[in-house]
Amino acid sequence: MDIGVLFLQSFGLISNWDSNLSEIVFLSLQVTVTAVVLACLLGLPIGAMVGTFRFFGRSGLILGMNVLMGLPPVIVGLVVYLLLSASGPMGVLGLLYTPFAMIIAQTVLVTPIIAALSRQVIEDLWMEYAEQFASLGVSRRARIFALLWDARFSLLTVVLAGFGRAVAEVGAVMIVGGNINHVTRVMTTAIALETSRGQLELALALGLVLLIVSLVVNIVVMAFRGTIVRGAYA
Amino acid sequence: MTRSNDRRRSYSAELIESGITPPLLSARNLCFEMQGQPLLQSVNLSVRAGRRTIVIGPNGAGKSLLLRLLHGLIPMTTGDIYWKGQRFSRDAQSAQAMVFQRPVLLRRSVLANLKFALKVCGFVGPERARRVQDALRISGLMDVANRPARVLSGGEQQRLAIARALVCAPELLLLDEPTANLDPAATSYIETLIDMASGRGITVVMVTHDQGQARRLADDLVFLQDGRVEGTGVASDLFANPRSEAMKAWLDGRLHVRREEM
Repeated sequence: MDIGVLFLQSFGLISNWDSNLSEIVFLSLQVTVTAVVLACLLGLPIGAMVGTFRFFGRSGLILGMNVLMGLPPVIVGLVVYLLLSASGPMGVLGLLYTPFAMIIAQTVLVTPIIAALSRQVIEDLWMEYAEQFASLGVSRRARIFALLWDARFSLLTVVLAGFGRAVAEVGAVMIVGGNINHVTRVMTTAIALETSRGQLELALALGLVLLIVSLVVNIVVMAFRGTIVRGAYA
Repeated sequence: MTRSNDRRRSYSAELIESGITPPLLSARNLCFEMQGQPLLQSVNLSVRAGRRTIVIGPNGAGKSLLLRLLHGLIPMTTGDIYWKGQRFSRDAQSAQAMVFQRPVLLRRSVLANLKFALKVCGFVGPERARRVQDALRISGLMDVANRPARVLSGGEQQRLAIARALVCAPELLLLDEPTANLDPAATSYIETLIDMASGRGITVVMVTHDQGQARRLADDLVFLQDGRVEGTGVASDLFANPRSEAMKAWLDGRLHVRREEM
């Protein structure tokens, strides 16, 4: 098929936006945003603590966090599948093949990215603040909050990296979600399905929507960051 | 009880028994080594309450290091530091404030920097607001209170750092070359702030390279050379009668280089 025609057909599908497409896009965003928020709640404090506290095994932990950034999604999917399957320890919750399972898998994937990158950001800032905080007598708890707040603009980029990973993820959500129509079908799994079916115009349309979503999120976050940064510090 | 504790108790008791009020801060046989290399050796000095003690000396003499040790930011290798005759403790550190050569300001507004320090000190409500206003007024930063601290000029940043250090009313203010790289006007403003702090009864220990500044501000003087105190005492006496050749050379504005360095 001519690629130009394919693109035209894809744009046609996007312009005739239907409820099925909306459903897929909405579920994708719901799962991804929830997973990123959870990953931030877990990863940012972990990153801040590892970045500022000195303890035995810290270097090994940092190495582990960096290694986990490259965690293969299918492995995560498999592990979460085993945990949530009927015979698994969390099988009683009945979460397999639901959006919750997909959120869990994406959270597991994104948390190490948020933790490892925020650790680096916070550690750099901590090197600058350490003596001043020691002089002021800032408590360990207050230190974490202060560093996270002062590094918030750099951390937005970290969050974007996590969002990018989550929104583009297919392997893990396919395994634990099952790509069930109207239940767990998200943009990436739909693209994989439609490509295998030979419905390339639909796959391409979904791919374009995915790109646009990613672009819009980045533009909004960066614009927000730029506006706030100009008003906060040089 | 350990021999070290005996020594500490005897020092304190010795002063009290002789009817002498212990100095606000003192160091006895203070040594600091890094990777086996001595950077400070047997430093003995006393900081008297309500006075301005200026630490002078050439680059690498250990002046900034001494200030950090006196503030408890880094642990000494051997020796003792006393605060009001008692062994230096966390409480002693909280009664001090330190301003660094390169001001470390939070990535927040001028106002937020001051509020942060007050929050750490435990001030809330109207008292905190009153102290913020006072700090802004004395530092001349009222008009830029809502501006990001990091876009201020070098002089304004240092004024903010000093105002933030003073906002919790410390008993001792430690200043590490606060006017390095500042122009005369900015330097003058900082010196006015130091005068004002002194006027409020705050004891000041300041490191400087600037001999003129030392002459303007010093009540007491400590001259450091190669990690050793080569002269300490009342500033006017030391300026008139330097205790060592190195100190004399420094005060005369001559270059003094040790033979082994040549």
